[in-house]
Amino acid sequence: MGNVLVVAEHLHGKFPKTTLVGVEAGKQMAGHAGGKCLGAVLGQGIGALASELADYGVDVIAVDGAPFAHYLADAYTAAIAELAKQKDVEVVIAAATAVGKDLLPRVAARLGAGMASEVTAIVDKATFKRPMYAGNAIATVALAGSPRVVSVRTTAFDAAKKGGAKGSVTQLTVSPDPASTKMQFVEFAETKSDRPVLTEARIVCSGGRGLKNGENFTIYLEPLCEALGAAMGASRAAVDAGFVPNDLQVGQTGKVVAPELYIAVGISGAIQHLAGMKDSKVIVAINKDEEAPIFQISDYGLVADLFKAVPELTEEVKKLKA
Amino acid sequence: MKILVAVKRVPDPETVVKIAPDGVGITTDNVKWVINPFDEIAIEEGLRLKEKVSGTEVVLVSIGQKTAQEQLRTGLAMGADRAILVLSDQALEPLAVARVLQKLVEQEKPELVLLGKQAIDDDSNCAGQMLAELLGWPQATFASKVEVGGDQRSAKVTREVDGGLETLNIPLPGIVTADLRLNEPRYASLPGIMKARKKEMKEIPVADLGVDVAPKARIVKLETPPKRTGGRKVGSVEELVKVLHNEAKVI
Ligand SMILES: Cc1cc2nc3c(=O)[nH]c(=O)nc-3n(C[C@H](O)[C@H](O)[C@H](O)COP(=O)(O)OP(=O)(O)OC[C@H]3O[C@@H](n4cnc5c(N)ncnc54)[C@H](O)[C@@H]3O)c2cc1C
Ligand SMILES: Nc1ncnc2c1ncn2[C@@H]1O[C@H](COP(=O)(O)O)[C@@H](O)[C@H]1O
Repeated sequence: MGNVLVVAEHLHGKFPKTTLVGVEAGKQMAGHAGGKCLGAVLGQGIGALASELADYGVDVIAVDGAPFAHYLADAYTAAIAELAKQKDVEVVIAAATAVGKDLLPRVAARLGAGMASEVTAIVDKATFKRPMYAGNAIATVALAGSPRVVSVRTTAFDAAKKGGAKGSVTQLTVSPDPASTKMQFVEFAETKSDRPVLTEARIVCSGGRGLKNGENFTIYLEPLCEALGAAMGASRAAVDAGFVPNDLQVGQTGKVVAPELYIAVGISGAIQHLAGMKDSKVIVAINKDEEAPIFQISDYGLVADLFKAVPELTEEVKKLKA
Repeated sequence: MKILVAVKRVPDPETVVKIAPDGVGITTDNVKWVINPFDEIAIEEGLRLKEKVSGTEVVLVSIGQKTAQEQLRTGLAMGADRAILVLSDQALEPLAVARVLQKLVEQEKPELVLLGKQAIDDDSNCAGQMLAELLGWPQATFASKVEVGGDQRSAKVTREVDGGLETLNIPLPGIVTADLRLNEPRYASLPGIMKARKKEMKEIPVADLGVDVAPKARIVKLETPPKRTGGRKVGSVEELVKVLHNEAKVI
């Protein structure tokens, strides 16, 4: 009966929703494994975060110190592997965010553990479902041995909620070996935006090559996002062309989203794009080509010139909300 | 400087894969095979560094069946210097791939190993990070810009992460995995294709490397996901807003 260790990522002193998804998956996993759900918080000056994590009913281990001030794969791997050994951990788990994807495989290699990435369902403590081939196939994967390492798709589980008995908080000091922790953080150029975070938003409006340039994202798509309180997303074509920043890319190799409402504007619907949004509850497509593949998976399709339809839609939404 | 680039043979991204009758693999007839798109970007990055730093050698490595010769030959035609094909009939999971690559790194002693961020068949996004740990090397994954220092002893790498771009400094030797916007790969030229025929391609049976490639992950079932069926077309923006409000109740 081993424990489950959730790596709890944080940003600007908060846990993003994706972390809470990881916690929820960790609790489910602990139910299967029969052990406890532990949470690891790494950083510098993280006392408040550690206490907050305990509110979700997990026993928290805080690794506080200068080597962990910024996320770096080598130092964090050393700490997580150390925790896994000390705490009798059977499964290490985290949300498949940029940090989770960067960190967990390294942890798995350190532990010699079998790994499944982007898991969408937990069948039992060693069996998982995960998409392959851009979501064209769903594999059921069995991992042999212990420990095992699993990253979970952020749209596949609910976010954990506070409540129940508060977990304990313990401190652990880890001093990574300087010889194998040589990565240096230089800077983080954060995309500033007042809009909701793409992976947390209830509504997402994404633009594609059909918008033609970055300016049109500002003129046409932004007001619609504003009116709906939506996050903005984009296709790879739009990001590659430099219309919008890279972290807006939705798809197989970008972010995976599943909002209540996804509006695809000027996006053709390539399989790689669908891989990142087809689990949305309601999908709307606006495209001037009635044959565009995006219509095959849309609940509501509007064949129209986006430059005419989007401003109209923005106005209608505003009227509705007034 | 020596650069190793890991290249996987995968189905063309345009292929709609079909589940094989055995229920654990895909049918391979009528599949067009290509270099994993991210690995093509990794090769291109290797070639650009070669153009900048004289005396650089770019060595391609693939692990797979003999048919992967085709993809390695394409990489050589793009301009890589030589290739190593590690023959394995069994498809290897990322940890096993990383162990094989570790062995080759110990033999070849490159300053930089470039991989794709993700193989578009298994969609794992693991092998590069695993290799970095096995070697005890620094890693810079999801790279959109790589600048190797003048003394070739460090690299400054910009990474595509959630919420923006992160920059790391890593001492070399190190691991970099390529994201989509790192570069735009060149096509092989006709003279390049001619030259590639004469370039060295060494084949090594995986068993000769003496590494543990026993699988830890086993696919017990492969299924097609539930199909999402299209709904209907609406005639106007007004109608769209009405159905979203009254019927779908999402706005
Ligand atoms: C390895 C790999 C990974 C990839 N990963 C991703 C990924 O993560 N995410 C992703 O999105 N893609 C990804 N792609 C790319 C994908 O295959 C497509 O090329 C891309 O999604 C196309 O973007 P698009 O729909 O904006 O452009 P297009 O396919 O060019 O479509 C533009 C659409 O806009 C419509 N349009 C044009 N003008 C108007 C107008 N005035 N009004 C209304 N409609 C208009 C057109 O009818 C067309 O349907 C990947 C590809 C590969 C090979
Ligand atoms: N069989 C293989 N042969 C060579 N390189 C591979 C192989 N499998 C994975 N890789 C490399 O590892 C990267 C990540 O793969 P993966 O972890 O499977 O998503 C790929 O982009 C390749 O560069």
